[in-house]
Amino acid sequence: MWFPRLASDRVLRTRPVEGPFALTLKQANAERLHCLNMEAERQGLYRGMTLADARAFCPGLFSRPADPVADTGFLHVLRRWATRYCPWVGIEGDDGLVLDITGSAHLFGSEAMMLADMRQRLSRAGLTARIGLGDTRGAAWALAHHGEGRAETGAPLEALVDLPVAALRLEEATITGLQRLGLRRIGDLESAARAPLARRFGPDLLLRLDQALGRQPEQVTPLSEPPHYGIRLSLPEPIGLTDDVMAATSRLLEQLCAKLKAQEAGARVLCLTLRRVDQEAQTVELRLASPLRDAARILPLFARGVGEVDAGYGIDQIRLEAVQVEPLPVHQVSHVSTGRADQLDDLITRIGTRIGLENVQRFLPADSHIPERSFLIAAAAWSEPGGSWVAPRPRPVRLFPPESITGTGARPPRQFRWRRMSLTTARATGPERIAPEWWLPDDNWRSGIRDYWHAETRQGRRLWLFYTPQNPGWFVQGEFA
Amino acid sequence: MMHLMTSTSDIPLPLRNARVHEAFGPGAVSFAAVAAARAGTVLWIREAWQTEAINPMGLSVFFDPSKLLLAQTRDQTESLAVAEEALKDGAVPLVIIETSRPLDLRMGRRLLLAAKAGQATGLCLIPEGMGGNAAETRWHCTPVFDADDSTLMRWETIKNKSGTLGAWHVRWHTTAHRLDVVSPAGKRPGSADAPG
Repeated sequence: MWFPRLASDRVLRTRPVEGPFALTLKQANAERLHCLNMEAERQGLYRGMTLADARAFCPGLFSRPADPVADTGFLHVLRRWATRYCPWVGIEGDDGLVLDITGSAHLFGSEAMMLADMRQRLSRAGLTARIGLGDTRGAAWALAHHGEGRAETGAPLEALVDLPVAALRLEEATITGLQRLGLRRIGDLESAARAPLARRFGPDLLLRLDQALGRQPEQVTPLSEPPHYGIRLSLPEPIGLTDDVMAATSRLLEQLCAKLKAQEAGARVLCLTLRRVDQEAQTVELRLASPLRDAARILPLFARGVGEVDAGYGIDQIRLEAVQVEPLPVHQVSHVSTGRADQLDDLITRIGTRIGLENVQRFLPADSHIPERSFLIAAAAWSEPGGSWVAPRPRPVRLFPPESITGTGARPPRQFRWRRMSLTTARATGPERIAPEWWLPDDNWRSGIRDYWHAETRQGRRLWLFYTPQNPGWFVQGEFA
Repeated sequence: MMHLMTSTSDIPLPLRNARVHEAFGPGAVSFAAVAAARAGTVLWIREAWQTEAINPMGLSVFFDPSKLLLAQTRDQTESLAVAEEALKDGAVPLVIIETSRPLDLRMGRRLLLAAKAGQATGLCLIPEGMGGNAAETRWHCTPVFDADDSTLMRWETIKNKSGTLGAWHVRWHTTAHRLDVVSPAGKRPGSADAPG
């Protein structure tokens, strides 16, 4: 199944354009046409033409930049759709699908009826598709790309004999070489002597020919289905009580956790969607402090979110999805209990549902002399405690933005007022000079180097003062124990 | 006041479990740090808008800051909700709450019930004069100047539901990680004019 205009069909499906249309892609420093619609091809445009040339040929051309990533995604969507015909669906190049319909054609009546069904559904979706059917993968490819059709079972050569050699999935150089020899059709190639051909073009050419004619096997590799962590429960009667919703959630959780266990994964973010009778959907998001797949532990964490849901006239569909999943290998069961750590993780999750998981934090040591930067604050759910905390010199237990006090000279003032208190310095230890980190711009350190003093006042308060010699002034920045 | 001067009774530390305590004064953070040194994991709840922050570097002489969890809340209502949740759970043996407004009896009582349910200890760092009635003990903590020591503090219980009141001069032994009660408060110069 070949989609010659996959990219432009995808774009035109969402915003139809009358007249010639093309997608452009920047290649070799020029905007070139990447994919065109039928109308544009009729005007004489072709793939690989520069956009400027195309505009000159066809002034009414609409164009948009191409998005190859979205095209690949769309092809994967089509692949998933194609599993309605057979379970064995693989991807062929950038714009094709390969289906092994052995044994499933009769489900649609016959091969011809199956093809008709495919064509009808694809054209209704607005996709141009060319479908080739053959005994072998090579024959099907040839028929799809060059003159659509069906090769009768057991006689692939009859259908292929008039097709050009390009239908054999050959390299450009080989095709040109064959044409120079006068071998233009597959029939010519088949009737030529094999040995000189293998000498001239290498084994690839004959391998492709044999694959197309069924003398060499070729497999269809189906893409593995990525695991899907979503479970849905439809209820015959709407429910509204919290207990009922929790019971339904617990059923879904058990299934989801079994799925997660099979994949050795743990959910990090869960999303519970409750659809009400009036089609209104309410979502409960649960962000966990650590990957989990233990239904009994996750269920109570949902209690708060479910309690806040407005059931309205009742809920008739519940969907649970693990939005974010992390690998969680199976652990050896040991006699050492991990209950304490688990309990702490659950507590972090529960607090996180109330104030946001990123607001539960922990301190991590950082390598800096600047007091405000000597530690990092990281979200507890995404960091491990660690590192060593070694204060090179006594540090205050409280830090605040510098508060100015009056004072002159390089030694701490004997008497000063701070926060409406009159304080007398009884002993001062210092100075400890800290230079700003010039490689990190910081507005607070514009005043230059600082001389820090540990000042003990006769009134008891022990303050952290600093003096800025380059820009004279005294400030209080912290308080000691 | 006389009984304070002559107090020789033992300092009521560690803080009684499954209760909520209060501390205020300029030395309240050190008091909390000493309490945290005896506990395992500590949850410290503060309101995010406050400019005064605790400094893990400074706290590292009391305990290992890696066992500290910090919850930043929007307002006091949220702080109390988080504190109640944590106390009730009991996974964290000590929950420290910095409050900015007075606690009424209902809030204090809820915290107390949560602490009893989870067998955890709560410690509120309150602004001066904003204590609640449900607190088990209330401590007034002030640093004291001493000619040959720079860690001396005066801790005074101004409320104690299950014991007598008293005032103690204490210092933190930074290398041994131990609290030394220096001598009865009344016998030291300077304690008479300390606020009671």
